[in-house]
Amino acid sequence: MTVEKTYEEINARIKRGEAVVVTAEEVIDYVAENGYEKAVQEIDVVTTGTFGPMCSSGAFLNFGHSRPRIKMKKVWLNGVEAYGGLAAVDAYIGAAQLPDFDPENKVFPGRFTYGGGHVIHDLVAGKEIRLEAIAYGTDCYPNKKVDTIITIDDLNEAYIFNPRNAYQNYNCAVNLGDRILYTYMGILKPRLGNASYSTSGQLSPLLNDPYYKTIGIGTRIFLGGGTGYVAWNGTQHHPNVLRGENGVPQVPAGTLAVIGDLKQMTPDWLVGLSFIGYGATMAVGIGIPIPILNEEILRYTLVKDEDIFCPIVDYNEGYPYSKPIDLGFANFKELKSGRIKINDKEVITTPQSSYPRARKIATILKEWIQRGEFELSRPVAMLPSADANIEFKSIPERSPSEIFLNGRNRRG
Amino acid sequence: MKNRVVCYFSAIQTEQPVVYRLIKNYDLIINILKADINPQKEGYLVVEMEGEKDKYEGGIAFLKNLGIIVEPLSETVLWQEDICIQCGACASFCPTESLSIDRDSMLVSFENSKCVVCGMCLDCCPTRAIKLHFEVKEAV
Repeated sequence: MTVEKTYEEINARIKRGEAVVVTAEEVIDYVAENGYEKAVQEIDVVTTGTFGPMCSSGAFLNFGHSRPRIKMKKVWLNGVEAYGGLAAVDAYIGAAQLPDFDPENKVFPGRFTYGGGHVIHDLVAGKEIRLEAIAYGTDCYPNKKVDTIITIDDLNEAYIFNPRNAYQNYNCAVNLGDRILYTYMGILKPRLGNASYSTSGQLSPLLNDPYYKTIGIGTRIFLGGGTGYVAWNGTQHHPNVLRGENGVPQVPAGTLAVIGDLKQMTPDWLVGLSFIGYGATMAVGIGIPIPILNEEILRYTLVKDEDIFCPIVDYNEGYPYSKPIDLGFANFKELKSGRIKINDKEVITTPQSSYPRARKIATILKEWIQRGEFELSRPVAMLPSADANIEFKSIPERSPSEIFLNGRNRRG
Repeated sequence: MKNRVVCYFSAIQTEQPVVYRLIKNYDLIINILKADINPQKEGYLVVEMEGEKDKYEGGIAFLKNLGIIVEPLSETVLWQEDICIQCGACASFCPTESLSIDRDSMLVSFENSKCVVCGMCLDCCPTRAIKLHFEVKEAV
Protein backbone atom coordinates (compact mmCIF):
# COMPACT_ATOMS: atom_id res chain seq x y z
CA MET A 1 0.00 0.00 0.00
CA THR A 2 1.45 3.36 -0.94
CA VAL A 3 1.34 6.01 1.73
CA GLU A 4 0.64 9.61 0.82
CA LYS A 5 0.42 12.20 3.59
CA THR A 6 -0.44 15.86 3.26
CA TYR A 7 1.03 18.87 5.01
CA GLU A 8 -2.42 19.41 6.57
CA GLU A 9 -2.51 15.90 8.05
CA ILE A 10 1.00 16.25 9.45
CA ASN A 11 0.23 19.69 10.92
CA ALA A 12 -2.97 18.37 12.50
CA ARG A 13 -0.89 15.71 14.29
CA ILE A 14 1.67 18.35 15.34
CA LYS A 15 -1.14 20.48 16.82
CA ARG A 16 -2.47 17.49 18.76
CA GLY A 17 1.05 16.75 20.02
CA GLU A 18 0.94 13.36 18.31
CA ALA A 19 3.46 13.86 15.53
CA VAL A 20 6.27 11.31 15.26
CA VAL A 21 9.46 13.30 14.74
CA VAL A 22 12.99 11.93 14.43
CA THR A 23 16.29 13.50 13.43
CA ALA A 24 18.09 12.66 10.19
CA GLU A 25 20.46 10.49 12.25
CA GLU A 26 17.71 8.72 14.17
CA VAL A 27 15.66 7.92 11.08
CA ILE A 28 18.44 5.61 9.84
CA ASP A 29 18.22 3.42 12.97
CA TYR A 30 14.42 3.70 13.07
CA VAL A 31 14.08 2.19 9.61
CA ALA A 32 16.73 -0.46 10.36
CA GLU A 33 14.71 -1.57 13.40
CA ASN A 34 11.13 -1.10 12.24
CA GLY A 35 11.37 -1.53 8.49
CA TYR A 36 10.45 0.69 5.63
CA GLU A 37 6.69 0.11 5.57
CA LYS A 38 6.19 0.88 9.23
CA ALA A 39 8.51 3.90 9.13
CA VAL A 40 6.77 5.58 6.22
CA GLN A 41 3.41 5.17 7.92
CA GLU A 42 4.52 6.33 11.34
CA ILE A 43 7.15 9.02 10.85
CA ASP A 44 5.71 12.46 10.15
CA VAL A 45 8.81 14.62 10.15
CA VAL A 46 12.61 14.19 9.87
CA THR A 47 14.64 17.11 11.19
CA THR A 48 18.03 18.16 9.81
CA GLY A 49 20.68 20.62 10.96
CA THR A 50 23.87 22.39 10.02
CA PHE A 51 26.14 24.87 11.81
CA GLY A 52 29.13 26.26 10.00
CA PRO A 53 30.76 29.34 8.51
CA MET A 54 28.43 30.95 5.96
CA CYS A 55 30.00 34.13 4.57
CA SER A 56 27.02 35.13 2.46
CA SER A 57 25.01 36.22 5.49
CA GLY A 58 23.92 39.53 6.93
CA ALA A 59 21.10 41.56 8.43
CA PHE A 60 18.84 44.40 7.42
CA LEU A 61 18.44 47.01 10.15
CA ASN A 62 16.18 50.04 10.55
CA PHE A 63 17.50 52.50 13.15
CA GLY A 64 14.53 54.85 13.38
CA HIS A 65 15.10 58.57 12.87
CA SER A 66 17.40 61.01 14.57
CA ARG A 67 16.17 64.52 15.40
CA PRO A 68 16.53 66.27 13.01
CA ARG A 69 16.14 63.47 10.49
CA ILE A 70 19.08 61.99 8.57
CA LYS A 71 19.51 60.25 5.22
CA MET A 72 22.48 58.07 6.07
CA LYS A 73 25.10 57.95 3.35
CA LYS A 74 27.59 55.85 5.23
CA VAL A 75 26.91 53.80 8.34
CA TRP A 76 29.24 52.03 10.79
CA LEU A 77 28.45 49.63 13.62
CA ASN A 78 31.37 49.25 16.04
CA GLY A 79 33.52 50.62 13.21
CA VAL A 80 32.32 48.02 10.68
CA GLU A 81 30.61 49.58 7.69
CA ALA A 82 27.03 48.62 6.92
CA TYR A 83 25.70 49.28 3.42
CA GLY A 84 23.56 52.43 3.52
CA GLY A 85 22.53 52.76 -0.12
CA LEU A 86 18.90 52.24 0.87
CA ALA A 87 16.18 54.46 2.34
CA ALA A 88 17.21 57.06 4.95
CA VAL A 89 17.80 54.92 8.05
CA ASP A 90 17.97 51.42 6.60
CA ALA A 91 21.25 49.53 6.33
CA TYR A 92 22.57 46.04 5.61
CA ILE A 93 25.43 44.67 7.67
CA GLY A 94 27.27 41.85 5.93
CA ALA A 95 28.99 39.06 7.88
CA ALA A 96 32.27 39.34 5.98
CA GLN A 97 32.62 43.14 6.28
CA LEU A 98 35.77 44.36 8.06
CA PRO A 99 36.40 47.59 10.00
CA ASP A 100 37.74 50.39 7.75
CA PHE A 101 41.08 50.40 9.53
CA ASP A 102 41.57 46.65 9.80
CA PRO A 103 45.19 45.85 8.88
CA GLU A 104 43.84 42.98 6.75
CA ASN A 105 46.69 40.96 5.25
CA LYS A 106 49.24 43.79 5.28
CA VAL A 107 51.08 41.84 7.95
CA PHE A 108 50.46 38.33 6.70
CA PRO A 109 48.56 36.39 7.91
CA GLY A 110 46.01 38.92 9.20
CA ARG A 111 44.06 38.21 12.40
CA PHE A 112 40.61 39.53 11.42
CA THR A 113 39.46 39.56 15.03
CA TYR A 114 36.27 41.57 14.42
CA GLY A 115 33.89 41.94 11.50
CA GLY A 116 30.26 42.06 10.46
CA GLY A 117 29.55 38.57 11.84
CA HIS A 118 30.82 39.68 15.24
CA VAL A 119 28.58 42.79 15.06
CA ILE A 120 25.54 40.58 14.40
CA HIS A 121 26.59 38.25 17.25
CA ASP A 122 26.93 41.25 19.60
CA LEU A 123 23.59 42.68 18.45
CA VAL A 124 21.73 39.43 19.03
CA ALA A 125 23.46 39.08 22.42
CA GLY A 126 21.89 42.42 23.40
CA LYS A 127 25.25 44.19 23.69
CA GLU A 128 25.67 47.93 23.25
CA ILE A 129 26.89 48.87 19.78
CA ARG A 130 28.32 52.19 18.61
CA LEU A 131 26.32 53.56 15.67
CA GLU A 132 28.01 56.18 13.51
CA ALA A 133 26.53 57.64 10.35
CA ILE A 134 27.32 60.52 8.05
CA ALA A 135 25.15 62.28 5.48
CA TYR A 136 25.32 65.22 3.06
CA GLY A 137 22.09 66.81 4.32
CA THR A 138 18.93 67.61 2.38
CA ASP A 139 15.90 69.83 2.99
CA CYS A 140 13.96 66.80 4.22
CA TYR A 141 16.91 65.20 6.03
CA PRO A 142 19.05 68.04 7.42
CA ASN A 143 21.15 66.05 9.91
CA LYS A 144 24.67 65.23 8.76
CA LYS A 145 26.04 63.12 11.57
CA VAL A 146 24.97 60.55 14.13
CA ASP A 147 27.27 59.08 16.77
CA THR A 148 25.48 57.14 19.47
CA ILE A 149 25.07 53.84 21.28
CA ILE A 150 22.30 51.38 20.38
CA THR A 151 21.15 47.88 21.27
CA ILE A 152 18.94 45.57 19.24
CA ASP A 153 15.94 46.74 21.32
CA ASP A 154 16.39 50.28 19.94
CA LEU A 155 15.91 49.07 16.35
CA ASN A 156 12.55 49.06 14.61
CA GLU A 157 13.39 46.02 12.52
CA ALA A 158 16.36 43.70 12.48
CA TYR A 159 16.13 40.70 10.22
CA ILE A 160 18.64 38.26 8.87
CA PHE A 161 18.71 37.94 5.12
CA ASN A 162 21.39 35.52 3.99
CA PRO A 163 21.81 35.29 0.22
CA ARG A 164 23.63 31.94 0.29
CA ASN A 165 23.47 29.42 3.12
CA ALA A 166 23.26 25.66 3.68
CA TYR A 167 25.42 24.64 0.72
CA GLN A 168 24.41 21.23 -0.54
CA ASN A 169 27.78 19.50 -0.27
CA TYR A 170 31.17 21.20 -0.28
CA ASN A 171 34.81 20.67 -1.21
CA CYS A 172 37.30 18.88 0.99
CA ALA A 173 40.27 21.28 0.92
CA VAL A 174 43.93 20.23 0.80
CA ASN A 175 47.26 21.88 -0.04
CA LEU A 176 49.55 20.31 -2.63
CA GLY A 177 52.01 23.22 -2.46
CA ASP A 178 55.12 23.80 -0.39
CA ARG A 179 53.94 26.65 1.82
CA ILE A 180 51.25 26.91 4.46
CA LEU A 181 47.95 28.33 3.16
CA TYR A 182 45.47 30.47 5.08
CA THR A 183 42.05 29.95 3.53
CA TYR A 184 38.33 30.13 4.28
CA MET A 185 38.67 26.37 4.83
CA GLY A 186 41.14 27.09 7.64
CA ILE A 187 44.89 26.63 7.72
CA LEU A 188 46.12 24.09 5.18
CA LYS A 189 49.50 22.58 5.85
CA PRO A 190 51.80 22.05 2.86
CA ARG A 191 52.29 18.77 1.00
CA LEU A 192 48.92 17.31 1.98
CA GLY A 193 49.52 18.08 5.66
CA ASN A 194 45.82 18.03 6.47
CA ALA A 195 42.37 18.01 4.86
CA SER A 196 39.53 20.32 5.86
CA TYR A 197 35.87 19.69 5.04
CA SER A 198 32.61 21.43 5.79
CA THR A 199 28.98 20.24 5.92
CA SER A 200 27.14 18.08 8.39
CA GLY A 201 26.89 15.03 6.11
CA GLN A 202 23.91 12.83 6.91
CA LEU A 203 22.39 15.63 9.04
CA SER A 204 22.70 18.32 6.37
CA PRO A 205 19.36 19.77 5.17
CA LEU A 206 19.83 19.67 1.40
CA LEU A 207 21.58 16.29 1.45
CA ASN A 208 18.39 14.82 2.96
CA ASP A 209 16.18 16.33 0.26
CA PRO A 210 18.55 16.19 -2.70
CA TYR A 211 16.00 17.20 -5.34
CA TYR A 212 14.32 19.91 -3.16
CA LYS A 213 10.98 18.06 -3.20
CA THR A 214 9.89 19.52 0.15
CA ILE A 215 12.33 22.40 0.74
CA GLY A 216 11.22 25.38 -1.31
CA ILE A 217 10.31 29.04 -1.11
CA GLY A 218 8.34 29.63 2.07
CA THR A 219 9.58 26.58 3.99
CA ARG A 220 9.64 27.42 7.71
CA ILE A 221 13.01 26.64 9.27
CA PHE A 222 15.15 26.90 12.40
CA LEU A 223 17.38 29.93 11.76
CA GLY A 224 19.89 31.26 14.25
CA GLY A 225 17.96 29.87 17.21
CA GLY A 226 14.64 31.38 16.06
CA THR A 227 12.30 30.67 13.19
CA GLY A 228 12.96 31.79 9.67
CA TYR A 229 11.96 30.97 6.13
CA VAL A 230 13.53 29.92 2.87
CA ALA A 231 13.22 33.09 0.78
CA TRP A 232 14.64 31.97 -2.55
CA ASN A 233 17.29 29.70 -3.94
CA GLY A 234 20.68 30.89 -2.76
CA THR A 235 23.27 32.56 -4.97
CA GLN A 236 25.35 30.08 -6.99
CA HIS A 237 22.46 27.57 -6.77
CA HIS A 238 23.60 24.98 -9.28
CA PRO A 239 21.42 21.89 -9.06
CA ASN A 240 22.29 20.30 -12.42
CA VAL A 241 25.59 18.74 -11.39
CA LEU A 242 27.12 15.29 -10.99
CA ARG A 243 24.92 13.19 -8.69
CA GLY A 244 25.18 9.71 -7.26
CA GLU A 245 22.56 6.99 -7.77
CA ASN A 246 20.93 8.17 -4.52
CA GLY A 247 20.45 11.61 -6.07
CA VAL A 248 23.00 13.25 -3.78
CA PRO A 249 25.24 15.78 -5.54
CA GLN A 250 28.94 14.90 -5.46
CA VAL A 251 30.08 18.50 -5.80
CA PRO A 252 28.74 21.79 -4.34
CA ALA A 253 25.20 22.15 -5.75
CA GLY A 254 22.05 23.72 -4.30
CA THR A 255 22.01 26.68 -1.90
CA LEU A 256 19.34 28.57 0.04
CA ALA A 257 18.59 32.22 0.66
CA VAL A 258 17.01 32.50 4.10
CA ILE A 259 15.23 35.21 6.07
CA GLY A 260 14.16 35.59 9.70
CA ASP A 261 13.63 37.99 12.59
CA LEU A 262 16.98 38.63 14.31
CA LYS A 263 15.19 39.83 17.43
CA GLN A 264 14.04 36.32 18.32
CA MET A 265 17.36 34.63 17.53
CA THR A 266 20.12 33.80 20.03
CA PRO A 267 23.89 34.37 20.13
CA ASP A 268 24.53 30.61 20.42
CA TRP A 269 23.48 30.12 16.81
CA LEU A 270 24.94 33.20 15.11
CA VAL A 271 28.62 33.35 15.99
CA GLY A 272 31.25 35.73 14.58
CA LEU A 273 34.31 33.91 13.25
CA SER A 274 37.88 34.95 12.44
CA PHE A 275 39.80 32.99 9.82
CA ILE A 276 43.47 33.87 10.05
CA GLY A 277 44.82 35.18 6.74
CA TYR A 278 41.35 35.11 5.18
CA GLY A 279 38.83 37.32 6.94
CA ALA A 280 35.87 37.53 9.26
CA THR A 281 32.61 35.66 8.80
CA MET A 282 29.77 34.13 10.76
CA ALA A 283 28.66 30.63 11.73
CA VAL A 284 24.94 30.25 11.10
CA GLY A 285 22.71 27.56 12.59
CA ILE A 286 20.05 26.21 10.23
CA GLY A 287 17.64 23.34 10.75
CA ILE A 288 15.03 22.26 8.21
CA PRO A 289 12.12 19.88 8.83
CA ILE A 290 11.32 17.38 6.10
CA PRO A 291 7.71 16.17 6.01
CA ILE A 292 7.54 12.46 5.23
CA LEU A 293 4.85 12.78 2.57
CA ASN A 294 5.60 9.42 0.95
CA GLU A 295 8.10 6.61 0.62
CA GLU A 296 10.32 8.49 -1.82
CA ILE A 297 10.82 11.40 0.60
CA LEU A 298 11.60 8.96 3.41
CA ARG A 299 14.16 7.17 1.25
CA TYR A 300 16.07 10.40 0.67
CA THR A 301 16.29 11.08 4.41
CA LEU A 302 17.95 7.68 4.95
CA VAL A 303 21.15 8.92 3.34
CA LYS A 304 24.20 7.93 5.41
CA ASP A 305 27.63 9.52 5.71
CA GLU A 306 29.16 6.72 3.63
CA ASP A 307 26.75 7.50 0.77
CA ILE A 308 27.78 11.16 0.57
CA PHE A 309 30.86 11.96 -1.50
CA CYS A 310 32.63 15.27 -1.90
CA PRO A 311 35.50 16.30 -4.17
CA ILE A 312 39.03 16.69 -2.77
CA VAL A 313 40.26 20.05 -4.02
CA ASP A 314 43.75 21.57 -3.98
CA TYR A 315 43.71 25.13 -2.60
CA ASN A 316 47.27 25.87 -3.70
CA GLU A 317 46.53 26.05 -7.41
CA GLY A 318 43.39 24.02 -8.10
CA TYR A 319 40.83 26.29 -6.43
CA PRO A 320 42.38 29.77 -6.68
CA TYR A 321 43.38 29.42 -10.33
CA SER A 322 40.60 27.04 -11.36
CA LYS A 323 43.10 24.40 -12.47
CA PRO A 324 41.55 20.98 -12.95
CA ILE A 325 43.54 18.78 -10.55
CA ASP A 326 41.84 15.44 -9.99
CA LEU A 327 42.33 14.19 -6.43
CA GLY A 328 39.20 12.06 -6.39
CA PHE A 329 36.40 12.00 -3.86
CA ALA A 330 36.05 11.19 -0.17
CA ASN A 331 32.92 10.06 1.64
CA PHE A 332 31.82 11.59 4.92
CA LYS A 333 32.30 8.43 6.91
CA GLU A 334 35.98 8.49 5.99
CA LEU A 335 36.22 12.23 6.59
CA LYS A 336 34.65 11.91 10.06
CA SER A 337 36.97 8.98 10.93
CA GLY A 338 39.90 11.42 10.89
CA ARG A 339 41.99 9.86 8.10
CA ILE A 340 41.65 9.68 4.34
CA LYS A 341 44.04 8.46 1.65
CA ILE A 342 45.07 10.93 -1.04
CA ASN A 343 47.71 9.93 -3.61
CA ASP A 344 48.58 6.99 -1.32
CA LYS A 345 49.30 9.34 1.56
CA GLU A 346 47.32 9.14 4.78
CA VAL A 347 45.99 12.59 5.58
CA ILE A 348 44.39 13.83 8.82
CA THR A 349 40.88 15.28 8.33
CA THR A 350 39.11 17.87 10.45
CA PRO A 351 35.83 19.72 9.94
CA GLN A 352 35.03 23.43 9.72
CA SER A 353 31.33 22.94 10.41
CA SER A 354 30.29 21.63 13.79
CA TYR A 355 28.68 18.20 13.74
CA PRO A 356 27.71 18.25 17.47
CA ARG A 357 26.00 21.61 16.97
CA ALA A 358 24.23 20.36 13.83
CA ARG A 359 22.93 17.42 15.86
CA LYS A 360 21.75 19.81 18.57
CA ILE A 361 19.86 21.94 16.03
CA ALA A 362 18.09 18.86 14.61
CA THR A 363 17.18 17.86 18.18
CA ILE A 364 15.90 21.32 19.18
CA LEU A 365 13.78 21.50 16.02
CA LYS A 366 12.43 18.01 16.77
CA GLU A 367 11.42 19.15 20.25
CA TRP A 368 9.75 22.31 18.95
CA ILE A 369 7.64 20.20 16.57
CA GLN A 370 6.86 17.58 19.22
CA ARG A 371 5.63 20.30 21.57
CA GLY A 372 3.37 21.68 18.84
CA GLU A 373 5.25 24.99 18.71
CA PHE A 374 6.46 24.67 15.13
CA GLU A 375 4.23 23.73 12.23
CA LEU A 376 5.42 22.81 8.76
CA SER A 377 4.75 25.09 5.82
CA ARG A 378 4.16 23.94 2.28
CA PRO A 379 6.47 25.77 -0.16
CA VAL A 380 4.68 28.42 -2.22
CA ALA A 381 7.05 27.69 -5.10
CA MET A 382 9.74 25.07 -5.67
CA LEU A 383 13.46 25.67 -6.27
CA PRO A 384 15.11 24.87 -9.60
CA SER A 385 16.14 21.20 -9.40
CA ALA A 386 18.40 18.74 -11.23
CA ASP A 387 16.42 19.11 -14.45
CA ALA A 388 17.11 22.85 -14.58
CA ASN A 389 19.57 24.05 -17.16
CA ILE A 390 21.57 26.51 -15.08
CA GLU A 391 24.92 27.60 -16.41
CA PHE A 392 27.59 28.38 -13.80
CA LYS A 393 28.92 31.70 -15.04
CA SER A 394 32.18 33.56 -14.45
CA ILE A 395 33.07 37.23 -14.84
CA PRO A 396 33.62 37.92 -18.55
CA GLU A 397 36.92 39.45 -19.61
CA ARG A 398 36.07 42.45 -21.79
CA SER A 399 37.83 45.75 -22.36
CA PRO A 400 35.64 48.72 -21.47
CA SER A 401 35.34 51.05 -24.45
CA GLU A 402 35.64 54.81 -24.22
CA ILE A 403 32.09 55.49 -23.13
CA PHE A 404 32.59 53.32 -20.03
CA LEU A 405 35.82 54.93 -18.94
CA ASN A 406 34.18 57.27 -16.44
CA GLY A 407 33.00 54.17 -14.65
CA ARG A 408 29.59 54.08 -16.27
CA ASN A 409 27.84 54.28 -19.56
CA ARG A 410 26.33 57.77 -19.58
CA ARG A 411 22.98 58.08 -21.24
CA GLY A 412 22.54 60.34 -24.24
CA MET B 1 70.35 35.13 27.07
CA LYS B 2 66.61 35.57 27.00
CA ASN B 3 63.97 34.51 29.48
CA ARG B 4 60.41 35.17 30.44
CA VAL B 5 59.84 35.83 34.13
CA VAL B 6 57.10 36.94 36.46
CA CYS B 7 58.03 39.62 39.02
CA TYR B 8 55.83 39.94 42.07
CA PHE B 9 55.82 43.38 43.70
CA SER B 10 54.69 44.74 47.04
CA ALA B 11 53.77 48.41 47.61
CA ILE B 12 57.28 49.58 48.64
CA GLN B 13 58.95 48.24 45.52
CA THR B 14 56.63 49.87 43.02
CA GLU B 15 58.04 53.22 44.05
CA GLN B 16 61.26 52.16 42.35
CA PRO B 17 61.53 52.71 38.58
CA VAL B 18 62.50 49.06 38.20
CA VAL B 19 62.23 48.71 34.44
CA TYR B 20 64.22 51.90 33.90
CA ARG B 21 67.06 50.61 36.07
CA LEU B 22 67.11 47.25 34.28
CA ILE B 23 67.50 48.97 30.94
CA LYS B 24 69.86 51.75 32.06
CA ASN B 25 72.15 49.86 34.43
CA TYR B 26 72.06 46.36 33.01
CA ASP B 27 71.56 47.06 29.30
CA LEU B 28 68.66 44.61 29.09
CA ILE B 29 66.00 44.50 26.40
CA ILE B 30 62.70 44.48 28.27
CA ASN B 31 59.41 43.45 26.71
CA ILE B 32 56.46 43.75 29.08
CA LEU B 33 54.01 40.99 28.21
CA LYS B 34 51.48 41.63 30.94
CA ALA B 35 51.27 43.81 34.03
CA ASP B 36 48.80 44.28 36.82
CA ILE B 37 49.53 46.72 39.62
CA ASN B 38 46.55 47.35 41.88
CA PRO B 39 45.65 50.63 43.66
CA GLN B 40 47.50 49.43 46.75
CA LYS B 41 50.49 49.28 44.42
CA GLU B 42 50.93 45.55 44.71
CA GLY B 43 50.95 43.31 41.71
CA TYR B 44 52.97 41.55 39.09
CA LEU B 45 54.84 42.14 35.88
CA VAL B 46 55.36 39.52 33.19
CA VAL B 47 58.45 40.43 31.21
CA GLU B 48 60.74 39.02 28.59
CA MET B 49 64.32 40.03 29.44
CA GLU B 50 67.17 39.73 27.00
CA GLY B 51 70.85 40.60 27.43
CA GLU B 52 74.35 39.30 27.98
CA LYS B 53 74.60 36.54 30.56
CA ASP B 54 76.37 38.52 33.28
CA LYS B 55 74.16 41.54 32.76
CA TYR B 56 71.05 39.36 32.80
CA GLU B 57 72.10 37.71 36.03
CA GLY B 58 72.99 41.13 37.47
CA GLY B 59 69.51 42.37 36.61
CA ILE B 60 67.87 39.40 38.28
CA ALA B 61 70.05 39.90 41.38
CA PHE B 62 69.05 43.60 41.42
CA LEU B 63 65.36 42.65 41.41
CA LYS B 64 65.82 40.07 44.15
CA ASN B 65 67.76 42.58 46.27
CA LEU B 66 64.76 44.85 46.15
CA GLY B 67 62.69 42.02 47.58
CA ILE B 68 60.88 41.40 44.31
CA ILE B 69 60.05 37.73 43.89
CA VAL B 70 61.20 36.55 40.46
CA GLU B 71 59.92 33.29 39.07
CA PRO B 72 60.14 31.64 35.66
CA LEU B 73 57.01 32.17 33.65
CA SER B 74 54.76 29.20 33.23
CA GLU B 75 52.30 29.51 30.39
CA THR B 76 49.27 27.33 29.96
CA VAL B 77 46.77 27.00 27.16
CA LEU B 78 43.23 27.80 28.14
CA TRP B 79 40.37 26.19 26.21
CA GLN B 80 37.24 28.27 26.77
CA GLU B 81 34.54 25.67 26.37
CA ASP B 82 31.73 28.26 26.41
CA ILE B 83 33.22 30.02 23.36
CA CYS B 84 34.12 26.81 21.47
CA ILE B 85 31.54 25.87 18.83
CA GLN B 86 32.82 22.28 18.58
CA CYS B 87 33.92 22.50 14.95
CA GLY B 88 37.10 20.51 15.47
CA ALA B 89 39.46 22.47 13.20
CA CYS B 90 42.08 22.59 15.99
CA ALA B 91 42.52 18.83 16.02
CA SER B 92 44.58 18.95 12.79
CA PHE B 93 47.17 21.13 14.47
CA CYS B 94 47.66 19.83 17.99
CA PRO B 95 50.85 17.71 17.92
CA THR B 96 50.12 15.96 21.22
CA GLU B 97 46.40 15.37 20.67
CA SER B 98 45.57 17.30 23.83
CA LEU B 99 42.92 18.99 21.67
CA SER B 100 41.14 16.10 20.02
CA ILE B 101 37.86 14.96 18.51
CA ASP B 102 35.96 11.94 19.75
CA ARG B 103 35.28 10.48 16.32
CA ASP B 104 31.96 8.93 17.35
CA SER B 105 30.31 11.97 18.90
CA MET B 106 32.58 14.43 17.02
CA LEU B 107 32.90 16.37 20.29
CA VAL B 108 36.08 18.34 20.90
CA SER B 109 37.85 18.05 24.24
CA PHE B 110 41.04 19.40 25.78
CA GLU B 111 43.39 17.46 28.02
CA ASN B 112 45.60 19.96 29.78
CA SER B 113 48.16 17.43 31.01
CA LYS B 114 49.14 16.47 27.43
CA CYS B 115 49.55 20.10 26.26
CA VAL B 116 53.10 21.31 25.57
CA VAL B 117 52.01 24.97 25.01
CA CYS B 118 53.27 25.07 21.42
CA GLY B 119 50.54 27.56 20.53
CA MET B 120 49.66 25.93 17.20
CA CYS B 121 45.98 25.91 18.13
CA LEU B 122 45.72 29.64 18.77
CA ASP B 123 45.61 30.69 15.13
CA CYS B 124 43.39 27.99 13.71
CA CYS B 125 40.44 28.50 16.08
CA PRO B 126 37.79 30.62 14.28
CA THR B 127 36.03 31.63 17.50
CA ARG B 128 39.35 32.31 19.27
CA ALA B 129 38.25 30.00 22.05
CA ILE B 130 41.84 29.03 22.85
CA LYS B 131 44.18 31.47 24.54
CA LEU B 132 47.52 31.54 26.27
CA HIS B 133 47.27 32.06 29.98
CA PHE B 134 50.12 33.35 32.09
CA GLU B 135 50.18 31.48 35.36
CA VAL B 136 50.25 34.19 38.00
CA LYS B 137 49.78 33.75 41.73
CA GLU B 138 46.79 35.40 43.40
CA ALA B 139 48.63 37.55 45.91
CA VAL B 140 52.04 37.75 47.48
